[in-house]
Amino acid sequence: MSKQHVTTQINGNSVEFLCETRQTLLEVLRDELHLTGTKEGCGTGDCGACTVTVDSKMVCSCLFLGVEAEGKSIQTIEGMAQGDKLHVLQRKFTEHAALQCGICTPGMLIAAQTLLERNPDPTEEQTRYWLSGNLCRCTGYNQIIHAVLDAAKELRGAKS
Amino acid sequence: MNDIISEKKLKVIGTSPDRPDGVPKLTGTAQYGADHSLPGMLWAKVLRSPHAHARLLKIDYTKALALPGVKGIITSADLPEQKFDYLGPERVAQNFWHMTRNILAREKVLYEGHAIAAVAATTSAIADAALKLIVVDYEILPHVIDVEEAMADNAPLLFEDMITRGVTPPPTKASNISKRIQFQLGDPDSAFKTAEEIVEMHFKTAPVHQGYIEPHACLARADQDGQAEVWSSSQGHFVIRTMTAKLLGMKTGDLRCHASEIGGAFGGKTVVYLEPLAVALSRKTGHPVKITMTREEVFKASGPTSGASMTIKIGVMRDGTLVAAEGIFKYQAGAFPGSPVMNGCMCGFAPYDIANARTIGYDVVCNRPKAVAYRAPGSPISAFAVESTMDMVAKRIGMDPIQLRLKNIAKIGTPLLWGAKHGHAGFAETLQALQKHPHYQSPLGKNQGRGVAVGYWFNGGGESSCTVNVNEDGTVVVATGSPDIGGSRASTAQMAAETLGIAYEGVRPIIADTNSVGYTQATGGSRVTFATGMTVINACKKIIAEMCLRAAKIWKIESENVIWEDGSARPAGKRAGEFPPLTFKEIAAKRTATGGPIVASDSVNAEGQAPGFSAQFCDVEVDPETGAVKIVRYVAAQDVGRAIHPKYCEGQITGGVVQGIGWALNEEYIYNSAGRLENAGFLDYRMPVASDIPMIEAILVEVPNPNHPYGVKGVAEANIVPPMAAIANAVHGATGRRLTDLPMSPPKVLAALDA
Repeated sequence: MSKQHVTTQINGNSVEFLCETRQTLLEVLRDELHLTGTKEGCGTGDCGACTVTVDSKMVCSCLFLGVEAEGKSIQTIEGMAQGDKLHVLQRKFTEHAALQCGICTPGMLIAAQTLLERNPDPTEEQTRYWLSGNLCRCTGYNQIIHAVLDAAKELRGAKS
Repeated sequence: MNDIISEKKLKVIGTSPDRPDGVPKLTGTAQYGADHSLPGMLWAKVLRSPHAHARLLKIDYTKALALPGVKGIITSADLPEQKFDYLGPERVAQNFWHMTRNILAREKVLYEGHAIAAVAATTSAIADAALKLIVVDYEILPHVIDVEEAMADNAPLLFEDMITRGVTPPPTKASNISKRIQFQLGDPDSAFKTAEEIVEMHFKTAPVHQGYIEPHACLARADQDGQAEVWSSSQGHFVIRTMTAKLLGMKTGDLRCHASEIGGAFGGKTVVYLEPLAVALSRKTGHPVKITMTREEVFKASGPTSGASMTIKIGVMRDGTLVAAEGIFKYQAGAFPGSPVMNGCMCGFAPYDIANARTIGYDVVCNRPKAVAYRAPGSPISAFAVESTMDMVAKRIGMDPIQLRLKNIAKIGTPLLWGAKHGHAGFAETLQALQKHPHYQSPLGKNQGRGVAVGYWFNGGGESSCTVNVNEDGTVVVATGSPDIGGSRASTAQMAAETLGIAYEGVRPIIADTNSVGYTQATGGSRVTFATGMTVINACKKIIAEMCLRAAKIWKIESENVIWEDGSARPAGKRAGEFPPLTFKEIAAKRTATGGPIVASDSVNAEGQAPGFSAQFCDVEVDPETGAVKIVRYVAAQDVGRAIHPKYCEGQITGGVVQGIGWALNEEYIYNSAGRLENAGFLDYRMPVASDIPMIEAILVEVPNPNHPYGVKGVAEANIVPPMAAIANAVHGATGRRLTDLPMSPPKVLAALDA
């Protein structure tokens, strides 16, 4: 089977890759481009561990084909920190002990980032519903919710 | 030596610093099981049985092997036969005759998803295609899923020669009952006759999966000289080494296992599924081989914990004194013996002082995946039954449920069913902390109810090792053999920093591979902060002694006149005040001139662990229209001994409780009449999501363990023991209906409401 040539943007960089039409974006990111920060938890769009954004929309990369990335702009966890400066959400996740094993963290951070881009002042309930597509089996979610709400507060403070 | 530590004010312990392994996990660079790759690597896939029970007549993989890109195929014929023998302590015994059959089926397949063959190919798509070309001839056999049906006389037998162990004289007829165990204290039969009230109830629980988000994954590389290397996600890379080497007939020292970062486990990653296959395929093909499970494979072929059928009888006086108790526990082991029924028998009544008690347990095989440890294995199941019955006892005699438990709570010296005596305080203190919580008195709304339950877990000690290296800049590297699942590198670094008297940031904790640090048991049984912590503290004390020697050399004085205080060596005794103190950093800088590398190793087989105990209450609201149970409020108190890192202690508690909520309300394995699992995915196996639950309130109770330098008790497991009963008791409070069959899913609750 001949591979398709795809030109896309990943974390602000122009990227070209070859992939089979059946390969998911998740497979391309992990196995072809070695961006293994995006995790596979289920492969069926139920756990959110593979969450990335495509043109700023939250997507389960296991449900998105690699070839669909043509001409799009993708953000993965590897693009969240700016150089050596962690994103506020990343900092708050460690301060609040919002990760234990950390496997859900990349997807959870991307999902939280898209929430705060759309709603800079979410309630606890809105945060819980927004993140309900991202499974965490370790924390019971307490610390994740606290971290997101705290990050939102700091980001609002920085803007005002 | 312990006095030195306990007397001084703690600086690092009890704070919640950022974890040392946090940034790689936040930025995506941390390497989990599936993230490792090597040049020339092949991808392997496993052929699994579509049948619940069948004889394997023939496996023909000629066509699969001929597919371009396929480099090698293995079946059980490629693995050596193992001796039939139960090894290790009875509670956690392993039988390699069973284990080799679980990783690759031999005579029969015993459950849907049972591995039959593994294919290595240049791409995962080719490996997948090759699986479809393998032809297997099966003789399909009748199967059995339910534990009571598996125990019936006419049940299909998984092993035609299985004679129940623990029965004298041994039965003459084979059955699916692998083992019967019994514990007894006093004379329960006579004591029941003296009871003023007796409550007897029957319960069922469904198997539930640990539900870690990271599927099993590993990478292996084998050399032609017999050596091999494995990178895998596990709770114990030494366990992986032992099992894999034995299953493949390798020398232990030839197999080097690395602990990757691990994406959750909860007991489920204490055994091998993939590692022996990957090594065997790597040997056969000469290439590195990577295998990852899909989520469907995780559900169908890795361990859930047992489902069970249980009967509990409790006799009580009207003043609340418990006089007699009996529990009969029938646990599903899955396809091979080894359910945690013994733990269930031991833990169920352990919170209480009951002079006359008996528990009987049955370990029963059936056509399901082999059960594997899940957080306090066995205890949550029996606690659901015992603590639900306790709630009915409290209601029968009109007593507050916390008061009933306090009245009968075990104390130091209370005898345990298995002949030992309780050695630690903390249970009463934990119940009192829960009782004092202001919400325990909060009024309840319409359709709401409150439920209380407690939970006991042994906690673990055992073998741990570490090496501490002092660097020339005064930082240290602490290498242990304990994979870090939930933040143990943070607690390890804190204990090292506290002991050495240096900054937390000056300690770099790492997990060394099996050939670079001494033997260390798996991260499980809530043992790491206790046992690995102990060996780290010991090694740090050796470092301090060495640093004092080095200071004596620098000062040219006798070493007995040097003491260690606040991270510095000071002249003492007759030399007191003669020299200004030398800091850790200053001595480290003079390493070469004072004798060379400053290194200390230590190993322990730690004893003196204190049990875990958690007391919890929850408020629920039951929707009378749908039967849905909503958690309104949840408070969980737990005796942690001393919280090394309070935020991660709280995280263990909130996480354990939410797993318990899933177990109570939603999670179950659903089989169809053909013995096939119908909900092998996260959509239909519904684990709690963020919007299902409120904030869980954790109360850290600190009754220090005198057997640990910093008072540590394990914290990871006791928290999952009470939730199922706490929720059932709350549902009873809200509706007057007693749910005895888990999960309490909306249809079951609705049926109970309509009954």
